[in-house]
Amino acid sequence: MDQFLQHLLNGVILGGSYALLGIGLTLIFGIMYVVNFTHGELYSFGAYMVFGVVAALHGNFFVALFLAVALGAVLGAGIERSLLRPLRGTSIDTTMLVMIGAWIAMQNAEQLLWTGVAKAIRHPFPEAPLVIGPVSVSWIRIFVFAAAILLIAASHLLIRRTRLGTAMRATFQDRETAALMGVNIDAIHTVTFAFGSGLAAAAGALLGPVFVVFPTMGDLAALKAFAIVILGGMGNFLGATLGGLILGVVEEMGAGYISSGYRDAMGFLIIIVVLLFRPTGLFARAERVG
Amino acid sequence: MSAPAAVLAVEGVEVRFGGLVALSDLSFIVREGEVASLIGPNGAGKTTAFNVITGFLRPAKGAVRYRESLLNGLRPSQVAERGVVRTFQKTSVFGGIPVFENVLIGLHRRGRAKSWEILLALPRVRQEEKRLREEAMELLSFAGLAHRREEPGAALPYGEQRLLEVAVAMAADPSLLLLDEPVSGMNPSETAGFMKMVEKIRGRGITILLVEHDMRMVMGVSDRVVVLNQGRIIAEGPPAEIQRDPDVIRAYLGQGAKRAGG
Amino acid sequence: MRRWPAWAWVAFLASIPLWVRNQYYLHVLINTGIFAVAAMSLNLLLGYTGQLSLGHVAFFGIGAYTSALVSLGFDLQLAAGYTFVFEPRPVWLGFLAGVAVAGLFGWLIGKLSFRVRGAYFVIVTVSFAEVVKLVALNWVDLTEGPMALNNIPPVTLSLPGLGELTFWKKEPNYYLVLAVCLLSYAVIRRLVQSRAGRAFIALRENEALAESVGVDVTRFLVLAAVISAAIAGAAGGLYAHYIKIVDPDIFLFIYTVVMVIMVVTGGKGTLLGPVVGAVIFGILPEILREVARPEVQWIIYGFIMILIVFFLPEGIVPAAASWRKARAASASPLGAAGERA
Repeated sequence: MDQFLQHLLNGVILGGSYALLGIGLTLIFGIMYVVNFTHGELYSFGAYMVFGVVAALHGNFFVALFLAVALGAVLGAGIERSLLRPLRGTSIDTTMLVMIGAWIAMQNAEQLLWTGVAKAIRHPFPEAPLVIGPVSVSWIRIFVFAAAILLIAASHLLIRRTRLGTAMRATFQDRETAALMGVNIDAIHTVTFAFGSGLAAAAGALLGPVFVVFPTMGDLAALKAFAIVILGGMGNFLGATLGGLILGVVEEMGAGYISSGYRDAMGFLIIIVVLLFRPTGLFARAERVG
Repeated sequence: MSAPAAVLAVEGVEVRFGGLVALSDLSFIVREGEVASLIGPNGAGKTTAFNVITGFLRPAKGAVRYRESLLNGLRPSQVAERGVVRTFQKTSVFGGIPVFENVLIGLHRRGRAKSWEILLALPRVRQEEKRLREEAMELLSFAGLAHRREEPGAALPYGEQRLLEVAVAMAADPSLLLLDEPVSGMNPSETAGFMKMVEKIRGRGITILLVEHDMRMVMGVSDRVVVLNQGRIIAEGPPAEIQRDPDVIRAYLGQGAKRAGG
Repeated sequence: MRRWPAWAWVAFLASIPLWVRNQYYLHVLINTGIFAVAAMSLNLLLGYTGQLSLGHVAFFGIGAYTSALVSLGFDLQLAAGYTFVFEPRPVWLGFLAGVAVAGLFGWLIGKLSFRVRGAYFVIVTVSFAEVVKLVALNWVDLTEGPMALNNIPPVTLSLPGLGELTFWKKEPNYYLVLAVCLLSYAVIRRLVQSRAGRAFIALRENEALAESVGVDVTRFLVLAAVISAAIAGAAGGLYAHYIKIVDPDIFLFIYTVVMVIMVVTGGKGTLLGPVVGAVIFGILPEILREVARPEVQWIIYGFIMILIVFFLPEGIVPAAASWRKARAASASPLGAAGERA
């Protein structure tokens, strides 16, 4: 039982950051109808930014986090403007191929820049874990979880409570009508992609110090993000949040009770099972037919 | 005059999208060899009815029968196997491939070659291929598109794309052909041409169910008209009767302002 | 294409080992041929049915592992101390088993994604490949995990009267790969120019219309997946018995990307496209290797993919065909009638 609680706690904490990843990807898919294969690279970009600022520039850890997210968003905006905007209106397969190309180029640029050796990020939190009854949790993980929850809440408010968020939702619902109502679709796309990229970078920046940083870390992250998005339903914010938490917990449980070697397989098994039984995702409302 | 037997029977069909009732208790029949039209204001449920008949939508209630078989629950390809083939409201061709290939795909049902026979290149596969190509040419001539055979479907002008759609549907060897607003967007001379084509199709012994807004077309080609409004039937009969029916006039007048705009 | 140039090409390809004596060049050509088979198989799904199989390397790897395991033999600890022992079998049997098992997984994926298309299909296939990779890594009893399967026997043919012929050298392996290439090409050509191939294309072009004229789209998608996976499995088998070592890195995602780049660059949905792509990207790394590090090579690949989509979305083969047609039309005032393919 104690072990179960420990796995559950670890899972939820991991899931918080997964949710960030998933939310970013699901927004990009829902609003732009782009399968963003660079998502994992934005994730590793975030982690490397923190590493670079902390290790190479001896910068402050929290400043590094902020910079990682901000520059991730800027990079995302750049990708959208240079690669996706010219392809607006082409098929989803076309943009998918371009995103795959960008993914490969970015990942290897990272490898060139930072070499393939895994790196650890130093963080200012005490090493001794916090022990609450039967479970223990490191302070950095507590911080990561709190930061993730904060970002999720902020994203939620942005989408629900601001004019920008309204415009994003309108574009998601019906692009043509939104355009007729005066929504600047180009701007919404850039902002959406930048926002989603910023969240991916945030996830990387937060999980980087928990694990280690290496150039191909983004691959699994991207694939997990896909799993989360499918779990929650494409374009579904709440679904992605819950999906992230579920994936975190399932992974921890799978690693704890089945085999740690198959930890990363959990997400894919989820994908396959969900698509088999509920292709619209677990949290989809009745879908429009036609 | 004894009426020919009903071949298609739509019985008490109900369709809901979420909470919205798109069709409620819809029942009508189509008789062997006739041209029947389904008309009604926008949003009356005509295309929904087509989607139910051809297996693209599952009704919440009711049944669709064609000759001896029950159609609801079948997939569209299985419905086509039973001889019921439709065209689409929004122009729908295989845009990226030549017109001739479009019709060849339509002829899918008339081919019998199995995958293993194809891989072994049995002589009968080649013979069948030759036969299908001849049939495709014949159908293209029938639709007046023989001169376009090498062009990609999407490159055809609008009116010809609609003819191509019919040629593809005809290739599937229908005994009942459902046409969804085939002449919408056509100019009067194209429409007149299309009406001749409908007569030719009927001349081949094919029963036709038509959904159309163009009243000249409907009144010109139909034997019988079924009027749908807000998911239910409000009138049914020969064209001349329908034109005088007060309920029909009211339904259309109520929509008058909107129709003029669209 | 008229008959004689095709045979001329085959004769040319068959003559290569007679005048290319450099073993390293032959090695590059063998690798290119293996990738060409894999790319052709991917093209069947990506180019003809329009479904991007982004886990294609899984079928390749499954073919390689199956073929290697059948020819090496293996034993598995089953429950209650019982050990299942599989004796080594001849290589050709392993190769066929690899094709069959890969095809079986293709069937599974096809069935699994019976109502998933586009983005969902892509993600299912990626996920599948990752799961397979993790299994290869973790099921050490069977696959040796990261320690790899070593000493995989090369292909052996017993010819009546000539005794055993073992494919140790480059030349026989070259001919073997060439033969599988030609066979795959012939199978795919036959298929796509038939009723089945038209059903694939119908799915790519307009699924609803295809269904409405009676094409059972799902059935044909499954068929395409099976044949595509089986051919990829054949490529994997060739690889295993040529390289003689198979490890979980065979499932690296980047190999799928290479196949996709080959197909897209050469021209998806054309018969020759993947072959042209495989030749370009089989030989390009050897040229790049002299001047650039592998990372730079991959970066270049990434940019090529982007540039192709932007500037040559059809791919090289269709672009060359329309260029030739245009040139023929302008060269002869009587028009392009004689140039029709």
